[in-house]
Amino acid sequence: MTLSTALRQKYTPTIGIECHVQLKTATKLFAAVGNDAREAEPNTLVSHICFGLPGALPVLNKEAVHLGMRAAYALGTVPQKYNAFDRKHYFYPDLPFGYQITQYAQPIVLGGSVAIVVDGQTKLIRITRAHLEADAGKSTHPTTSKDYSLVDLNRAGTPLLEIVSEPDMHTSAEAKAYAQELYLSMRFAGVSDCNLYYGNMRFDVNVSVSTTDQLGTRTETKNLNSFRSVEKAIDYEIERQIELLEKGQEIVQETRGWNDAKQRTFSQRTKEDAHDYRYFPDPDIPPVVLDDDFIAVVRDEMPILPNEWRQRLQSLGLDRPAMEALLDAELDDPEVSYLGLIEEVLSDKDFAKTLANWFVNLEVPLRRDVSTHLNQALTNQGRLALYRAVAALIASGKLNSTNAKILITKVLTGEEQIADIEAFARQHNLIQESDEGAIAAVVAKVIEENPKATTDIKNGEMKVIGFLVGQIMKASQGRANPGLAQELIKKQLGL
Amino acid sequence: MQASQWLPIAELSAKVRAGELRAADLVEQALKTIEAKKEYNAIIATIPERARTRAASIDAAIKNGETVGRLAGVPFIAKDNFLVFGAETTAASNMLKGFTAPYQSTVIEKLEAEGAICVAKANLDAFAHGASTENSDFFTTKNPADVARVPGGSSGGSAAAVVLDMAPFALGTDTGGSVRQPASFVGCVGYKPTYGLMSRSGIVAMASSTDVVGTLTRTADDAAYVIDVIAGRDPLDGTTIERDPAGYTDVPAAMKGKKIGLIKEWMGEGVAPGVATVIRSAADAFRAAGADVREVSLPSLPLSLAVYYIVVPAEVSSNLSRHDGQRFAFSYADAATLDESYTQSRGNGFGAEAKRRIMIGTYVLSSGYYDAYYRKAQTVRTKLINEFNEAFKQFDFLIGPVAPTTAFKIGENASDPLQMYLADVMTVGPSLAGLPAISVPAGTSDNLPVGLHIVAPQRSDRALLGMAKAAEELLA
Repeated sequence: MTLSTALRQKYTPTIGIECHVQLKTATKLFAAVGNDAREAEPNTLVSHICFGLPGALPVLNKEAVHLGMRAAYALGTVPQKYNAFDRKHYFYPDLPFGYQITQYAQPIVLGGSVAIVVDGQTKLIRITRAHLEADAGKSTHPTTSKDYSLVDLNRAGTPLLEIVSEPDMHTSAEAKAYAQELYLSMRFAGVSDCNLYYGNMRFDVNVSVSTTDQLGTRTETKNLNSFRSVEKAIDYEIERQIELLEKGQEIVQETRGWNDAKQRTFSQRTKEDAHDYRYFPDPDIPPVVLDDDFIAVVRDEMPILPNEWRQRLQSLGLDRPAMEALLDAELDDPEVSYLGLIEEVLSDKDFAKTLANWFVNLEVPLRRDVSTHLNQALTNQGRLALYRAVAALIASGKLNSTNAKILITKVLTGEEQIADIEAFARQHNLIQESDEGAIAAVVAKVIEENPKATTDIKNGEMKVIGFLVGQIMKASQGRANPGLAQELIKKQLGL
Repeated sequence: MQASQWLPIAELSAKVRAGELRAADLVEQALKTIEAKKEYNAIIATIPERARTRAASIDAAIKNGETVGRLAGVPFIAKDNFLVFGAETTAASNMLKGFTAPYQSTVIEKLEAEGAICVAKANLDAFAHGASTENSDFFTTKNPADVARVPGGSSGGSAAAVVLDMAPFALGTDTGGSVRQPASFVGCVGYKPTYGLMSRSGIVAMASSTDVVGTLTRTADDAAYVIDVIAGRDPLDGTTIERDPAGYTDVPAAMKGKKIGLIKEWMGEGVAPGVATVIRSAADAFRAAGADVREVSLPSLPLSLAVYYIVVPAEVSSNLSRHDGQRFAFSYADAATLDESYTQSRGNGFGAEAKRRIMIGTYVLSSGYYDAYYRKAQTVRTKLINEFNEAFKQFDFLIGPVAPTTAFKIGENASDPLQMYLADVMTVGPSLAGLPAISVPAGTSDNLPVGLHIVAPQRSDRALLGMAKAAEELLA
């Protein structure tokens, strides 16, 4: 299905996203039962509460509220001092109470925004609300038999934060950027592991198209679990809706699913099947009133969030790809503390930028390469000391950039913490020669061996000096100071 | 109250701890009495093996000089909506028939930790919906004072069991009067604590915002002794509150100088003259003992029944959702589809009253009706709470009848749910406001017991027990 550009431009798509983020609490939202259902056998992470037995009462997990508060700050707003839980009623075998417990009337987050960058343009996507709620269990309907279904309640009661955006997006690229930015924010804020493979983050996309200022009828495509499927499902829906409208047909307001194999959406439930959920305040769970001191503690404990990191990195002169690479690397391996180390040396901008570049170009790829043997003896402060020493050696002309990379790699993949980096570099013949006499001999030898180049230089082709410097570096096994070598060439040729 | 075969609970357990009485004998004595009086239908099932095993281990512990709890060897009866580990818990409903509790309620846990022994599960209106036990899916309990009459409800089985001397105390639950009203009908002490003072965990829920555990005892002292064991915050119930640091025992009886309000709205039209007479003479006795008793008006109180029968069915309809035939207890076996399994399991498992409340509750929570019913009812509830708060600025306690009549005849109100709901007209107000309240035997009318209703401010359970003791002494 591919529509002409002209046809696509006739319509403005409007996109809103609901994102379910699984909070990384140790236990469930309302039960003291383990929350990590990834590898657990079915129905092993359950209690009388998850099972909905008579007399079982939900009791709110304080840590889930705490993470909801952190999410508020991550979304650029403050948590709601008063928030409360409601019951949303419907019958399904994976919903043991017969109602879902969710923050309907008074969510923990109201407002906020997420900044995205698409084609170099920054755009704010407004957040309507974000609320805490309990997940349902998991139903499996065997294809071999219609006589039974299987229910696994391990996931029942898992704490979720549903983040609802305003319909502020108009392209699938914006939607994808929004989803990715939410991912980064929630991970940096420590709210969720956001493991998409395990469904820690699921997206429902609301899409409509219109040729006027009035919004068209929307569809909701549910349970997208990758950034790519968010993008693809939206593209598919936009085209499907335009095609229908062009044929003079109407869009049906409905819930749709995504078939990843066929790369298309399909109808699941129309509005006529909509439930009356009979929301009302859950009388088992007293309303949450956040203590001002608790709010202050959470506000003050917030880590630096992606956009703030970007501002800091940008002030060093880093480009966008380098910044994003660092943010990604930080999440992949937080213990290595790339950003923390940069932050530590931020007052020395030149060194901070050099350090950032070494991280992006050298250490991150090195660590990502599974075949790399990493120096286990090296602490984060040990690494910082290494980088400082290397920078000092460069500044004093004792190390060139090529050898600096070799030196760093040797230490990072070595066996021990190196106290004296210069001695170590010297031991490995990496310190560059700045003794004029010693280099002069090499220069003389290279000039003698390269008469054609020498002639060219004398004839004014100054670029060829670079070739001779290269030969000198080679002859000195990289130890010659290239600046000094260049000066000596000119001197010896009488230029 | 007539003479009992049971000593006051404090004395009884002291004798067990001292080795003068054996827990095993007390359990047999309770089981024997239950068997001898089974025609009253107070009991759904006894749990003799569990009781005997526990009694034996307590007796052995005492023999070995080990420390045992302050309720060591004291038998008790639990309303059959309390989950008791390993015992069938039916809530007197076909829906839960055959359901064996795989965990137990916090209050049972606390009582057992102090050595009390649950010997039987008492009858109730199914899911505690009712005021007579006639809504039990199994049988109707008979009032010991007159077997042609109901014992009140929904804790009618527990109340009757205490009067029948089957055990030193029984547990009930009170959502809108279900402990106080049967206590009044059979003539024992029925205590409803401040909302949240006792854990609801492990009790088949009726309405979460007013459900409380209550005690049925022969005296206020016995009630205090049991409350002292079961009160307090529970990590399994987020609505529980801290216990009174002063505890609930050793409360002195206090009447002189107390300011007592006789609620005008509870003494007017609709109250049987015989009941009103008993309450007025109780008020006179309090005055004579030095209390300052005056009439007080709470103008919104007559609305409390209407509020109650919106808020409570709303919560009931929601709380009963988990009984869906999919995981435990009754399930319709021949369903061809999931929808049929739901409709047939619930259609066959629930009785008429549960269905009525589910329908009312579903209606008042439906979109388009929520504001007119549920929200408005909650608004009036707040007004009612404010009126109680105002009254308690002038008075230490409020009094009146527990119910407008004495025990009515079996079948008299059975076909008229509205008439049945009127039996709760005085008890639902304190329930909606979460106030502690007690029914104390105050006399008789035509040889039928009449209870005095004493209501206190939230969290003043200790003071209320002292007042109840003084009332007991004056009205005995």
